[in-house]
Amino acid sequence: MNAKKAAAKPARGHPRKAAAGAKSRPEAGIASIDELMAYAYALELEAAERYAEFADAMEAHNNREVAELFRKLARIENRHAEQVLEEMGWVSPPDAPHGGYKWEGFEAPESGDVTELHYLMQPYHALQIALHNEKRAHAFFGSLVKQARNAKVRKAAQEMEQEEAEHVRLIEEWIKRTPKPDADWAIDPDPPVLAD
Amino acid sequence: MTTATARPTVPISARDFKSDYNPIWCPGCGDYSVVLSFTRAFASLGLRPENTAVVSGIGCSSRIPAYLTSYGFHGVHGRSLAAAAGLKLARPDLTVVVASGDGDGYSIGGNHFMHACRRNVDMTYVVMDNHVYGMTKGQPSPTTEPDWNSKLSPGGTGVRTFHPLVIALAAGANFVARAFSGDPSGTANVLVEAIKTPGFSFVEILSPCVTFRPEQREWKNAVRPAPVGTTNDPARAARYIMTDDGFNLGILYRGERAPYQPPMGRGNKQPADLEKGFAI
Ligand SMILES: Cc1ncc(C[n+]2csc(CCOP(=O)(O)OP(=O)(O)O)c2C)c(N)n1
Ligand code: SF4
Repeated sequence: MNAKKAAAKPARGHPRKAAAGAKSRPEAGIASIDELMAYAYALELEAAERYAEFADAMEAHNNREVAELFRKLARIENRHAEQVLEEMGWVSPPDAPHGGYKWEGFEAPESGDVTELHYLMQPYHALQIALHNEKRAHAFFGSLVKQARNAKVRKAAQEMEQEEAEHVRLIEEWIKRTPKPDADWAIDPDPPVLAD
Repeated sequence: MTTATARPTVPISARDFKSDYNPIWCPGCGDYSVVLSFTRAFASLGLRPENTAVVSGIGCSSRIPAYLTSYGFHGVHGRSLAAAAGLKLARPDLTVVVASGDGDGYSIGGNHFMHACRRNVDMTYVVMDNHVYGMTKGQPSPTTEPDWNSKLSPGGTGVRTFHPLVIALAAGANFVARAFSGDPSGTANVLVEAIKTPGFSFVEILSPCVTFRPEQREWKNAVRPAPVGTTNDPARAARYIMTDDGFNLGILYRGERAPYQPPMGRGNKQPADLEKGFAI
Protein backbone atom coordinates (compact mmCIF):
# COMPACT_ATOMS: atom_id res chain seq x y z
CA MET A 1 0.00 0.00 0.00
CA ASN A 2 1.41 3.36 -0.85
CA ALA A 3 1.35 6.53 1.15
CA LYS A 4 -1.54 8.06 -0.68
CA LYS A 5 -3.60 4.97 -0.16
CA ALA A 6 -2.71 5.08 3.49
CA ALA A 7 -3.85 8.61 3.73
CA ALA A 8 -7.00 7.69 1.88
CA LYS A 9 -8.20 4.89 4.11
CA PRO A 10 -11.53 5.87 5.56
CA ALA A 11 -12.28 5.92 9.28
CA ARG A 12 -9.50 3.96 10.81
CA GLY A 13 -11.99 1.84 12.60
CA HIS A 14 -13.38 4.29 15.07
CA PRO A 15 -14.64 7.67 15.81
CA ARG A 16 -12.43 9.99 17.67
CA LYS A 17 -11.85 13.72 17.67
CA ALA A 18 -13.84 16.93 17.44
CA ALA A 19 -14.19 20.72 16.88
CA ALA A 20 -15.61 23.65 15.29
CA GLY A 21 -14.20 25.04 12.16
CA ALA A 22 -10.90 26.33 13.53
CA LYS A 23 -8.41 26.75 10.73
CA SER A 24 -5.03 25.15 11.22
CA ARG A 25 -2.28 25.00 8.68
CA PRO A 26 1.46 24.80 8.62
CA GLU A 27 2.86 28.21 7.93
CA ALA A 28 5.07 27.00 5.15
CA GLY A 29 3.32 24.86 2.56
CA ILE A 30 3.86 21.10 2.64
CA ALA A 31 5.97 19.94 -0.27
CA SER A 32 6.01 16.14 -0.06
CA ILE A 33 3.96 13.15 1.00
CA ASP A 34 6.55 12.36 3.67
CA GLU A 35 6.13 15.81 5.14
CA LEU A 36 2.35 15.60 5.01
CA MET A 37 2.34 12.25 6.76
CA ALA A 38 4.79 13.48 9.39
CA TYR A 39 2.25 16.19 10.19
CA ALA A 40 -0.54 13.59 10.24
CA TYR A 41 1.49 11.46 12.62
CA ALA A 42 2.25 14.37 14.96
CA LEU A 43 -1.38 15.42 14.96
CA GLU A 44 -2.59 11.95 15.95
CA LEU A 45 0.11 11.38 18.53
CA GLU A 46 -0.42 14.71 20.27
CA ALA A 47 -4.17 14.03 20.34
CA ALA A 48 -3.55 10.62 21.92
CA GLU A 49 -1.22 12.06 24.55
CA ARG A 50 -3.69 14.80 25.43
CA TYR A 51 -6.60 12.38 25.82
CA ALA A 52 -4.44 10.20 28.07
CA GLU A 53 -3.71 13.26 30.23
CA PHE A 54 -7.42 14.07 30.32
CA ALA A 55 -8.14 10.51 31.44
CA ASP A 56 -5.56 10.81 34.24
CA ALA A 57 -7.07 14.11 35.38
CA MET A 58 -10.59 12.68 35.48
CA GLU A 59 -9.35 9.59 37.29
CA ALA A 60 -7.73 11.74 39.96
CA HIS A 61 -11.17 13.22 40.55
CA ASN A 62 -12.87 9.84 40.55
CA ASN A 63 -14.91 10.58 37.43
CA ARG A 64 -14.31 7.07 36.13
CA GLU A 65 -16.86 7.05 33.36
CA VAL A 66 -15.34 10.05 31.60
CA ALA A 67 -11.82 8.84 32.38
CA GLU A 68 -12.60 5.57 30.59
CA LEU A 69 -14.01 7.45 27.60
CA PHE A 70 -10.89 9.60 27.30
CA ARG A 71 -8.77 6.46 27.62
CA LYS A 72 -10.69 4.97 24.71
CA LEU A 73 -10.19 8.10 22.63
CA ALA A 74 -6.46 7.97 23.46
CA ARG A 75 -6.30 4.36 22.27
CA ILE A 76 -8.07 5.24 19.04
CA GLU A 77 -5.73 8.16 18.33
CA ASN A 78 -2.71 6.06 19.15
CA ARG A 79 -3.89 3.47 16.68
CA HIS A 80 -4.25 6.19 14.06
CA ALA A 81 -0.69 7.32 14.70
CA GLU A 82 0.55 3.74 14.37
CA GLN A 83 -1.35 3.37 11.13
CA VAL A 84 0.48 6.35 9.69
CA LEU A 85 3.77 4.63 10.50
CA GLU A 86 2.62 1.32 9.04
CA GLU A 87 1.24 2.86 5.91
CA MET A 88 4.41 4.82 5.29
CA GLY A 89 6.59 1.82 6.14
CA TRP A 90 8.34 3.87 8.82
CA VAL A 91 9.95 1.83 11.57
CA SER A 92 10.29 4.82 13.86
CA PRO A 93 8.47 8.13 14.24
CA PRO A 94 9.42 10.73 11.64
CA ASP A 95 11.67 13.60 12.68
CA ALA A 96 9.90 16.87 13.29
CA PRO A 97 10.66 19.48 10.63
CA HIS A 98 13.44 21.93 11.41
CA GLY A 99 12.01 24.48 13.85
CA GLY A 100 9.16 22.12 14.84
CA TYR A 101 5.68 21.64 13.48
CA LYS A 102 3.92 24.85 12.54
CA TRP A 103 0.25 24.88 13.39
CA GLU A 104 -1.98 27.81 12.80
CA GLY A 105 -3.40 27.66 16.32
CA PHE A 106 -1.35 27.18 19.47
CA GLU A 107 -1.38 23.41 19.19
CA ALA A 108 -1.99 20.58 16.73
CA PRO A 109 -5.60 20.79 15.55
CA GLU A 110 -6.71 17.52 17.10
CA SER A 111 -5.37 18.22 20.61
CA GLY A 112 -8.09 18.95 23.14
CA ASP A 113 -8.11 22.25 25.00
CA VAL A 114 -7.11 21.58 28.61
CA THR A 115 -9.37 24.29 29.98
CA GLU A 116 -12.49 22.61 28.55
CA LEU A 117 -12.43 19.94 31.28
CA HIS A 118 -14.67 20.07 34.31
CA TYR A 119 -14.56 17.62 37.19
CA LEU A 120 -18.30 16.95 36.91
CA MET A 121 -18.37 16.61 33.14
CA GLN A 122 -20.20 13.70 31.53
CA PRO A 123 -19.46 11.48 28.51
CA TYR A 124 -21.58 13.80 26.38
CA HIS A 125 -19.21 16.70 27.14
CA ALA A 126 -16.15 14.59 26.45
CA LEU A 127 -17.59 13.67 23.06
CA GLN A 128 -18.27 17.32 22.29
CA ILE A 129 -14.57 17.99 22.87
CA ALA A 130 -13.75 15.07 20.58
CA LEU A 131 -16.14 16.35 17.93
CA HIS A 132 -14.57 19.79 18.06
CA ASN A 133 -11.12 18.26 17.59
CA GLU A 134 -12.20 16.12 14.64
CA LYS A 135 -13.72 19.12 12.94
CA ARG A 136 -10.50 21.06 13.39
CA ALA A 137 -8.51 18.17 11.94
CA HIS A 138 -10.90 18.11 8.99
CA ALA A 139 -10.43 21.86 8.47
CA PHE A 140 -6.66 21.44 8.73
CA PHE A 141 -6.46 18.92 5.87
CA GLY A 142 -9.03 20.91 3.92
CA SER A 143 -6.80 23.94 4.09
CA LEU A 144 -3.81 21.84 2.97
CA VAL A 145 -5.80 20.72 -0.05
CA LYS A 146 -6.31 24.37 -0.98
CA GLN A 147 -2.68 25.31 -0.45
CA ALA A 148 -1.00 22.29 -2.04
CA ARG A 149 1.10 23.17 -5.04
CA ASN A 150 1.90 19.56 -5.80
CA ALA A 151 -0.81 17.25 -7.19
CA LYS A 152 0.29 14.19 -5.19
CA VAL A 153 0.26 16.10 -1.91
CA ARG A 154 -3.12 17.58 -2.79
CA LYS A 155 -4.57 14.15 -3.45
CA ALA A 156 -3.20 12.69 -0.23
CA ALA A 157 -4.46 15.70 1.75
CA GLN A 158 -7.87 15.21 0.16
CA GLU A 159 -7.91 11.62 1.30
CA MET A 160 -7.00 12.67 4.82
CA GLU A 161 -9.72 15.29 4.71
CA GLN A 162 -12.28 12.65 3.73
CA GLU A 163 -11.07 10.41 6.48
CA GLU A 164 -11.50 13.18 9.03
CA ALA A 165 -15.00 13.85 7.68
CA GLU A 166 -15.79 10.24 8.38
CA HIS A 167 -14.48 10.61 11.93
CA VAL A 168 -16.70 13.63 12.42
CA ARG A 169 -19.65 11.56 11.29
CA LEU A 170 -18.79 8.69 13.62
CA ILE A 171 -18.49 10.99 16.63
CA GLU A 172 -21.79 12.60 15.76
CA GLU A 173 -23.35 9.12 15.75
CA TRP A 174 -21.75 8.36 19.07
CA ILE A 175 -23.14 11.58 20.52
CA LYS A 176 -26.65 10.60 19.37
CA ARG A 177 -26.37 7.42 21.43
CA THR A 178 -25.12 9.31 24.51
CA PRO A 179 -27.50 10.77 27.12
CA LYS A 180 -27.62 14.56 27.21
CA PRO A 181 -26.70 16.00 30.61
CA ASP A 182 -29.31 17.76 32.69
CA ALA A 183 -29.13 21.55 32.73
CA ASP A 184 -27.76 21.50 36.29
CA TRP A 185 -24.96 19.01 35.62
CA ALA A 186 -22.28 21.40 36.94
CA ILE A 187 -24.02 22.11 40.22
CA ASP A 188 -22.09 20.59 43.06
CA PRO A 189 -23.95 20.27 46.37
CA ASP A 190 -20.56 20.50 48.10
CA PRO A 191 -18.75 23.04 45.93
CA PRO A 192 -15.04 23.77 46.13
CA VAL A 193 -15.71 27.44 46.89
CA LEU A 194 -15.75 28.90 50.39
CA ALA A 195 -19.30 30.00 51.09
CA ASP A 196 -19.90 32.88 53.48
CA MET B 1 41.01 7.76 43.85
CA THR B 2 38.72 9.82 41.72
CA THR B 3 36.21 7.99 39.64
CA ALA B 4 35.11 9.91 36.61
CA THR B 5 31.41 9.44 36.06
CA ALA B 6 30.65 8.93 32.42
CA ARG B 7 28.06 11.43 31.27
CA PRO B 8 25.13 9.71 29.64
CA THR B 9 24.99 10.51 25.99
CA VAL B 10 21.49 9.33 25.11
CA PRO B 11 19.40 12.37 24.23
CA ILE B 12 16.58 12.99 26.64
CA SER B 13 13.02 13.60 25.56
CA ALA B 14 10.37 15.80 27.14
CA ARG B 15 8.69 12.69 28.49
CA ASP B 16 11.81 11.81 30.51
CA PHE B 17 11.26 14.95 32.58
CA LYS B 18 7.76 13.93 33.62
CA SER B 19 7.42 12.14 36.94
CA ASP B 20 5.24 9.13 37.63
CA TYR B 21 2.79 11.19 39.66
CA ASN B 22 -0.40 12.39 38.08
CA PRO B 23 -1.05 16.03 38.89
CA ILE B 24 -3.63 16.70 41.59
CA TRP B 25 -5.12 19.79 40.02
CA CYS B 26 -8.68 20.52 38.98
CA PRO B 27 -9.42 19.09 35.56
CA GLY B 28 -9.11 22.11 33.25
CA CYS B 29 -6.43 23.94 35.27
CA GLY B 30 -3.95 25.81 33.06
CA ASP B 31 -1.05 24.48 35.13
CA TYR B 32 -1.22 21.07 33.37
CA SER B 33 0.10 22.70 30.22
CA VAL B 34 2.88 24.42 32.16
CA VAL B 35 4.24 20.97 33.07
CA LEU B 36 4.35 20.21 29.37
CA SER B 37 6.20 23.46 28.65
CA PHE B 38 8.78 22.80 31.37
CA THR B 39 9.49 19.30 30.04
CA ARG B 40 9.72 20.50 26.44
CA ALA B 41 12.04 23.36 27.38
CA PHE B 42 14.33 21.14 29.45
CA ALA B 43 14.54 18.56 26.68
CA SER B 44 15.13 21.16 24.02
CA LEU B 45 18.02 22.62 26.04
CA GLY B 46 19.52 19.14 26.39
CA LEU B 47 19.37 19.38 30.18
CA ARG B 48 19.46 16.26 32.30
CA PRO B 49 17.27 15.64 35.37
CA GLU B 50 20.34 15.30 37.60
CA ASN B 51 21.54 18.78 36.57
CA THR B 52 18.20 20.52 36.91
CA ALA B 53 16.41 21.76 40.02
CA VAL B 54 12.88 23.11 40.28
CA VAL B 55 12.20 25.01 43.50
CA SER B 56 8.73 26.20 44.50
CA GLY B 57 6.72 27.81 47.27
CA ILE B 58 3.15 26.92 48.24
CA GLY B 59 0.00 26.96 46.15
CA CYS B 60 -1.54 24.83 43.41
CA SER B 61 1.10 26.09 40.96
CA SER B 62 3.87 25.33 43.44
CA ARG B 63 3.07 21.62 43.32
CA ILE B 64 4.86 21.42 39.99
CA PRO B 65 8.20 19.95 41.21
CA ALA B 66 6.35 16.74 42.14
CA TYR B 67 5.23 16.28 38.57
CA LEU B 68 8.71 16.61 37.10
CA THR B 69 11.71 14.32 37.15
CA SER B 70 14.53 16.57 38.32
CA TYR B 71 15.73 17.77 41.69
CA GLY B 72 12.77 19.39 43.37
CA PHE B 73 12.18 21.46 46.47
CA HIS B 74 8.61 22.26 47.50
CA GLY B 75 9.47 24.96 49.99
CA VAL B 76 7.83 27.48 52.26
CA HIS B 77 5.11 29.91 51.17
CA GLY B 78 6.68 32.95 49.49
CA ARG B 79 10.25 31.86 50.15
CA SER B 80 11.08 29.87 47.03
CA LEU B 81 13.45 32.54 45.68
CA ALA B 82 15.56 32.58 48.85
CA ALA B 83 15.93 28.80 48.79
CA ALA B 84 16.67 28.81 45.06
CA ALA B 85 19.29 31.57 45.30
CA GLY B 86 21.08 29.62 48.03
CA LEU B 87 21.00 26.50 45.91
CA LYS B 88 22.29 28.23 42.79
CA LEU B 89 25.15 29.91 44.65
CA ALA B 90 26.15 26.66 46.33
CA ARG B 91 25.73 24.58 43.17
CA PRO B 92 26.34 26.89 40.18
CA ASP B 93 26.49 23.81 37.93
CA LEU B 94 22.73 23.25 38.33
CA THR B 95 20.09 24.87 36.16
CA VAL B 96 17.72 26.36 38.71
CA VAL B 97 14.11 27.16 37.84
CA VAL B 98 11.72 28.56 40.42
CA ALA B 99 7.96 28.03 40.19
CA SER B 100 5.41 30.16 41.96
CA GLY B 101 1.91 31.62 41.82
CA ASP B 102 0.70 35.21 42.03
CA GLY B 103 -0.17 34.75 45.71
CA ASP B 104 3.05 32.99 46.58
CA GLY B 105 5.21 35.28 44.48
CA TYR B 106 3.63 38.72 44.79
CA SER B 107 1.88 38.71 48.20
CA ILE B 108 3.85 36.89 50.85
CA GLY B 109 6.86 36.58 48.53
CA GLY B 110 6.70 40.11 47.13
CA ASN B 111 9.74 41.40 48.92
CA HIS B 112 11.85 38.43 47.88
CA PHE B 113 10.74 39.03 44.30
CA MET B 114 12.12 42.58 44.18
CA HIS B 115 15.42 41.69 45.79
CA ALA B 116 15.89 38.61 43.64
CA CYS B 117 15.54 40.82 40.56
CA ARG B 118 18.02 43.28 42.07
CA ARG B 119 20.51 40.57 43.03
CA ASN B 120 20.38 38.98 39.57
CA VAL B 121 21.41 35.43 40.49
CA ASP B 122 21.46 33.25 37.39
CA MET B 123 18.10 31.48 37.59
CA THR B 124 14.65 31.55 36.00
CA TYR B 125 11.57 32.59 37.95
CA VAL B 126 8.23 31.40 36.59
CA VAL B 127 5.01 32.75 38.05
CA MET B 128 1.81 30.99 37.01
CA ASP B 129 -0.55 33.91 37.31
CA ASN B 130 -4.27 33.19 37.61
CA HIS B 131 -5.18 36.40 39.46
CA VAL B 132 -6.41 34.44 42.48
CA TYR B 133 -5.31 32.23 45.38
CA GLY B 134 -6.44 28.87 43.99
CA MET B 135 -5.24 26.53 46.70
CA THR B 136 -6.96 28.37 49.55
CA LYS B 137 -10.23 28.63 47.60
CA GLY B 138 -10.43 31.88 45.80
CA GLN B 139 -9.14 34.88 47.75
CA PRO B 140 -8.02 37.88 45.68
CA SER B 141 -4.30 38.17 44.99
CA PRO B 142 -2.20 41.23 44.09
CA THR B 143 -3.03 40.72 40.40
CA THR B 144 -6.79 40.36 40.93
CA GLU B 145 -8.82 43.06 39.22
CA PRO B 146 -10.09 45.62 41.80
CA ASP B 147 -13.71 45.04 40.79
CA TRP B 148 -13.67 41.23 40.89
CA ASN B 149 -16.74 40.44 42.91
CA SER B 150 -16.76 37.20 44.89
CA LYS B 151 -18.09 35.86 48.16
CA LEU B 152 -14.70 36.48 49.68
CA SER B 153 -14.36 40.02 48.32
CA PRO B 154 -17.90 41.36 47.94
CA GLY B 155 -17.91 44.26 45.50
CA GLY B 156 -14.23 43.71 44.77
CA THR B 157 -11.19 44.79 46.74
CA GLY B 158 -11.07 48.22 45.16
CA VAL B 159 -7.28 47.97 45.28
CA ARG B 160 -5.26 48.58 42.13
CA THR B 161 -3.34 45.64 40.75
CA PHE B 162 0.34 44.97 41.13
CA HIS B 163 2.29 45.12 37.87
CA PRO B 164 4.81 42.28 38.08
CA LEU B 165 6.58 42.84 34.76
CA VAL B 166 7.27 46.51 35.37
CA ILE B 167 8.34 45.83 38.93
CA ALA B 168 10.71 43.10 37.73
CA LEU B 169 12.18 45.49 35.19
CA ALA B 170 12.55 48.38 37.62
CA ALA B 171 14.11 46.11 40.22
CA GLY B 172 16.74 44.83 37.77
CA ALA B 173 15.60 41.51 36.27
CA ASN B 174 17.69 40.71 33.22
CA PHE B 175 14.93 39.04 31.19
CA VAL B 176 11.21 39.77 31.30
CA ALA B 177 8.58 37.84 29.35
CA ARG B 178 4.93 36.92 29.32
CA ALA B 179 3.58 33.59 28.10
CA PHE B 180 0.26 31.73 28.07
CA SER B 181 -0.28 28.19 29.35
CA GLY B 182 -2.60 27.39 26.43
CA ASP B 183 0.37 27.79 24.11
CA PRO B 184 2.69 25.10 25.51
CA SER B 185 5.21 25.23 22.65
CA GLY B 186 5.39 29.04 22.66
CA THR B 187 5.83 28.96 26.43
CA ALA B 188 8.55 26.31 26.12
CA ASN B 189 10.41 28.54 23.64
CA VAL B 190 10.23 31.48 26.06
CA LEU B 191 11.50 29.26 28.88
CA VAL B 192 14.40 28.11 26.72
CA GLU B 193 15.44 31.73 26.15
CA ALA B 194 14.90 32.61 29.81
CA ILE B 195 17.12 29.76 30.98
CA LYS B 196 19.79 30.54 28.37
CA THR B 197 19.95 34.22 29.32
CA PRO B 198 22.47 34.76 32.16
CA GLY B 199 21.15 36.39 35.31
CA PHE B 200 17.65 36.58 36.78
CA SER B 201 14.96 35.80 34.22
CA PHE B 202 11.33 36.45 35.02
CA VAL B 203 8.54 34.73 33.08
CA GLU B 204 4.91 35.41 33.85
CA ILE B 205 2.69 32.61 32.54
CA LEU B 206 -1.01 33.43 32.35
CA SER B 207 -2.51 30.14 33.56
CA PRO B 208 -6.28 29.99 34.05
CA CYS B 209 -7.85 28.84 37.31
CA VAL B 210 -11.01 27.31 35.88
CA THR B 211 -12.49 26.63 39.30
CA PHE B 212 -12.42 30.07 40.91
CA ARG B 213 -12.06 32.18 37.76
CA PRO B 214 -13.94 30.18 35.08
CA GLU B 215 -14.13 33.31 32.94
CA GLN B 216 -10.36 32.91 32.38
CA ARG B 217 -11.19 30.18 29.85
CA GLU B 218 -11.62 33.16 27.53
CA TRP B 219 -7.96 34.14 27.87
CA LYS B 220 -7.22 31.99 24.84
CA ASN B 221 -9.13 34.54 22.78
CA ALA B 222 -7.52 37.55 24.44
CA VAL B 223 -3.82 36.72 24.17
CA ARG B 224 -1.76 37.73 21.13
CA PRO B 225 1.90 38.18 20.25
CA ALA B 226 3.25 41.51 21.49
CA PRO B 227 3.39 43.98 18.61
CA VAL B 228 6.92 45.01 19.61
CA GLY B 229 10.09 42.95 19.58
CA THR B 230 12.52 42.30 22.40
CA THR B 231 14.46 45.35 23.53
CA ASN B 232 17.55 45.75 25.72
CA ASP B 233 16.48 49.26 26.71
CA PRO B 234 14.69 49.05 30.08
CA ALA B 235 13.05 52.47 29.70
CA ARG B 236 11.53 51.48 26.39
CA ALA B 237 10.40 48.12 27.75
CA ALA B 238 8.87 49.80 30.81
CA ARG B 239 6.96 52.30 28.69
CA TYR B 240 5.61 49.53 26.56
CA ILE B 241 4.69 47.16 29.39
CA MET B 242 3.01 49.92 31.39
CA THR B 243 0.58 50.55 28.59
CA ASP B 244 -0.21 47.01 27.46
CA ASP B 245 -3.38 45.28 28.63
CA GLY B 246 -1.68 42.26 30.17
CA PHE B 247 -2.33 39.95 27.22
CA ASN B 248 0.64 40.65 24.97
CA LEU B 249 2.92 37.63 24.81
CA GLY B 250 6.61 37.45 24.14
CA ILE B 251 10.05 38.33 25.40
CA LEU B 252 9.70 41.99 26.22
CA TYR B 253 13.13 42.72 27.65
CA ARG B 254 16.52 41.05 27.59
CA GLY B 255 19.36 42.94 29.27
CA GLU B 256 23.07 42.50 29.53
CA ARG B 257 23.75 42.69 33.27
CA ALA B 258 26.33 40.24 34.53
CA PRO B 259 24.84 37.75 36.98
CA TYR B 260 25.63 38.00 40.65
CA GLN B 261 28.72 36.06 41.73
CA PRO B 262 29.58 35.53 45.38
CA PRO B 263 32.89 37.21 46.32
CA MET B 264 35.84 35.01 45.38
CA GLY B 265 36.53 32.12 47.69
CA ARG B 266 33.36 32.43 49.71
CA GLY B 267 31.57 29.64 47.95
CA ASN B 268 33.65 26.73 49.20
CA LYS B 269 34.21 27.74 52.83
CA GLN B 270 32.96 25.62 55.72
CA PRO B 271 30.55 27.25 58.23
CA ALA B 272 33.30 27.19 60.89
CA ASP B 273 35.62 29.23 58.62
CA LEU B 274 32.84 31.76 58.01
CA GLU B 275 32.21 32.07 61.72
CA LYS B 276 35.84 33.06 62.25
CA GLY B 277 35.22 36.11 60.11
CA PHE B 278 32.63 37.29 62.60
CA ALA B 279 34.76 36.82 65.72
CA ILE B 280 35.37 40.05 67.67
C1 LIG C 1 2.87 31.19 55.78
C2 LIG C 1 1.62 30.79 55.07
N1 LIG C 1 0.63 31.65 54.93
C3 LIG C 1 -0.49 31.30 54.26
C4 LIG C 1 -0.61 30.06 53.73
C5 LIG C 1 -1.89 29.67 53.02
N2 LIG C 1 -1.71 29.62 51.59
C6 LIG C 1 -1.42 28.48 50.94
S1 LIG C 1 -1.34 28.65 49.29
C7 LIG C 1 -1.77 30.30 49.40
C8 LIG C 1 -1.94 31.17 48.19
C9 LIG C 1 -1.56 30.51 46.92
O1 LIG C 1 -1.90 31.33 45.84
P1 LIG C 1 -1.05 31.36 44.50
O2 LIG C 1 0.38 31.51 44.81
O3 LIG C 1 -1.66 32.37 43.62
O4 LIG C 1 -1.18 29.90 43.94
P2 LIG C 1 -2.35 29.10 43.20
O5 LIG C 1 -2.88 28.19 44.25
O6 LIG C 1 -3.37 30.08 42.70
O7 LIG C 1 -1.63 28.41 42.11
C10 LIG C 1 -1.92 30.69 50.73
C11 LIG C 1 -2.28 32.04 51.16
C12 LIG C 1 0.48 29.17 53.89
N3 LIG C 1 0.46 27.96 53.37
N4 LIG C 1 1.57 29.56 54.56
S1 SF4 D 1 -8.03 25.71 42.27
FE1 SF4 D 1 -7.53 26.78 40.36
S2 SF4 D 1 -5.28 26.91 40.35
FE2 SF4 D 1 -5.86 25.33 41.83
S3 SF4 D 1 -5.82 23.39 40.67
FE3 SF4 D 1 -7.92 24.19 40.64
S4 SF4 D 1 -8.02 25.33 38.71
FE4 SF4 D 1 -5.85 25.08 39.19
